[in-house]
Amino acid sequence: MTMMLSDRRPILLANARIVDPSRDLDLIGDLLIADGVVREAKKGIGAAGVPEGTDVIDCRGKLVAPGLVDMRAFIGEPGEAGRETLASASQAAAAGGVTTIICQPDTSPAIDNPATVDYVLRRARDTGIVHVHPMAAITKGLEGKEMTEIGLLKAAGAVAFTDGAKSVTNAQVMRRALTYAGDFDALIVHHIEEPNLVGDGVMNEGEFAARLGLLGIPKAAETIMLERDARLVALSGGRYHAASVTCAETLDVLRRAKDAGLNVTASASINHVTLNEIDIGPYRTFLKLSPPLRAEDDRKLLVQAVAGGLVDVVVSDHNPQDVETKRLPFAEAAPGAIGLETMLSVGLRLVHSGEIELTALLRAMSTRPAELLGLPGGTLRSGAPADVIVVDTELPWVLDPNELKSKCKNTPFDEARLTGRVVRTIVAGRTVYEYV
Amino acid sequence: MTIAPKPSFVLSRRHLLGIEGLSQNDISGLLDLAEEFVELNRQVEKKRTSLRGRTQINLFFEVSTRTQASFELAGKRLGADVMNMSTGSSSMRKGETLIDTAITLNAMHPDIIVVRHHASGAVELLARKVDCSVINAGDGSHEHPTQALLDALTIRRNKGRIEGLLVAICGDILHSRVARSNIILLNAMGARVRVVAPSTLLPPGVERFGVEVARDMREGLADADIVMMLRLQKERMNGSYVPSMSEYFQYYGLDEKKLAYAKPGALVMHPGPMNRGVEIDSIVADGAQSLIREQVEMGVAVRMAVLEALSRNLPNA
Repeated sequence: MTMMLSDRRPILLANARIVDPSRDLDLIGDLLIADGVVREAKKGIGAAGVPEGTDVIDCRGKLVAPGLVDMRAFIGEPGEAGRETLASASQAAAAGGVTTIICQPDTSPAIDNPATVDYVLRRARDTGIVHVHPMAAITKGLEGKEMTEIGLLKAAGAVAFTDGAKSVTNAQVMRRALTYAGDFDALIVHHIEEPNLVGDGVMNEGEFAARLGLLGIPKAAETIMLERDARLVALSGGRYHAASVTCAETLDVLRRAKDAGLNVTASASINHVTLNEIDIGPYRTFLKLSPPLRAEDDRKLLVQAVAGGLVDVVVSDHNPQDVETKRLPFAEAAPGAIGLETMLSVGLRLVHSGEIELTALLRAMSTRPAELLGLPGGTLRSGAPADVIVVDTELPWVLDPNELKSKCKNTPFDEARLTGRVVRTIVAGRTVYEYV
Repeated sequence: MTIAPKPSFVLSRRHLLGIEGLSQNDISGLLDLAEEFVELNRQVEKKRTSLRGRTQINLFFEVSTRTQASFELAGKRLGADVMNMSTGSSSMRKGETLIDTAITLNAMHPDIIVVRHHASGAVELLARKVDCSVINAGDGSHEHPTQALLDALTIRRNKGRIEGLLVAICGDILHSRVARSNIILLNAMGARVRVVAPSTLLPPGVERFGVEVARDMREGLADADIVMMLRLQKERMNGSYVPSMSEYFQYYGLDEKKLAYAKPGALVMHPGPMNRGVEIDSIVADGAQSLIREQVEMGVAVRMAVLEALSRNLPNA
């Protein structure tokens, strides 16, 4: 990425619609950035009230918001750089308005020791253009057996603990991890699927799976796991986050856990709030996901849950898969879809269709994940890091997979018509992406 | 009873990937055309020339004796050059992907590829990568269209009609492509369909397929004109889906006693290969009400009809 000459100059984003979900701010005004931090956001700073040399950018008709914090992205470093590098992921992120990527520990080797955390952080610093923070494994080698060095890993920079796409099936292991992590105020993030109940299933169980002749995954596989985990949280008192909730029944369990005062939060993936099982159509493997896409009724409830804050976070669940793992019969294809670059544009569909308020969507994509992970982003308060995006929310475009910056092109929104895209991404006061 | 085939009948599609999407006219047209081949196949001179110069590849990723033999004979009787490829004898074992195999075969300019694959949707995937016509000879648990057509032809020849009949399909509905294709076809032709199986072998959501659902044979076979049995694979009888072979036979195996629950003179069908003593008793399988051997005969005729109909759409035809 070529750094622009204006790098270190202060920036005034003028006449924008400024939305800061961290304090329910929604006004037309100016945002001043200098020395890598947000100076202020208010009506009428104007060109007169800025330091000499400020780059004044007219943002009339555009949205200015905190950069997105994507709490769940699978990236191939170390070990699977063919799928995605920290560099390519950060380019994709910048183009999608994601200023902080939380990468998952399902790498080769797994991010399960402090040296690997250190490697990822250095590698991201040297090759990336957005912030990258890793989650570390809960168990060594993601095997679900022995706890990792949670204290040391957190000290090394791991922002949370997860076994990534795997569930910790042993309740005793999970209980101890929650208990021990609690002492370090470390967040445990869990992929909730009971693997035996998933079995050979490859899509949501029900009529559509039956018609396609595909084995189904019952919603109960997910609900049972969250139910179990909620009780383990009650027992251990740890901080817990469900990585991807998808259906009405799981939302009921989540609501009960929250009502009971348990420290339980949850994410939904951008795919599950915008797509349903019927979109799989004629065996489209780019829509094979884990957990699977559910029914339209579930999707609607999930969007409502995000809008109302029951589901705290919307993640990209970015999971690059190349043609060798996707150009296969549906049952044999790997699950996962890329999403860093498209999560905001796709999420704006829900705003345009009136299913969710813009502020609620942005909160779930920036403010809430930053809060849960203890990161300073997700806000435009004075003094916050200048991780800021400018979005043309009305710009129509057609997604051409060849233009995506990700190494893999497995997007479920292939050739989708979208309205709204990021036109400028600023990370720590520097413009790292501009759409012209 | 012979219905004169309409010489103008054209199946307005390049591939036959499933029964789904076929109209009542498409199905009737194919069955009418097949009637003609039934007559032909009973004569000494069985050769036609409508596929002369055409190349047909039978690509079987799953072992099959009768379906492959049936397609081979069908192609040869219509004059095509037929090549058989199956797993174990080719690069399909060497890790070559389905799509690479498709691209390779496509480069040899076949006119028709007949495909069987163990994964649902695999035939459709392959069809997207080739320039020729593709016939689905069974994909995973999805569809097996020529089986449903041959079953329909067998039923129509014996009952004179399909509309209004009650067909009970019994056994492993969950994993059965034969059941899916038959349900779609029989519904399209106006039959009543009932599926009969233990709940572990019923696909969730099956009640939304336009079928009646029964969990026991007495209830399930009541008033049935046709009893269609399905094969249950041995590995599914070891406690995974049903507790044992003997328990399965006790409750779901078709013997004379259970057949008596159906309409008097009800006809018995099975797509084969049969597990005698598991889903069907030999006395019934070989008895007077059994159409099982006739199904095999109809299989060749129906496949000839499908090949003929698709070939009428081939370039330079």
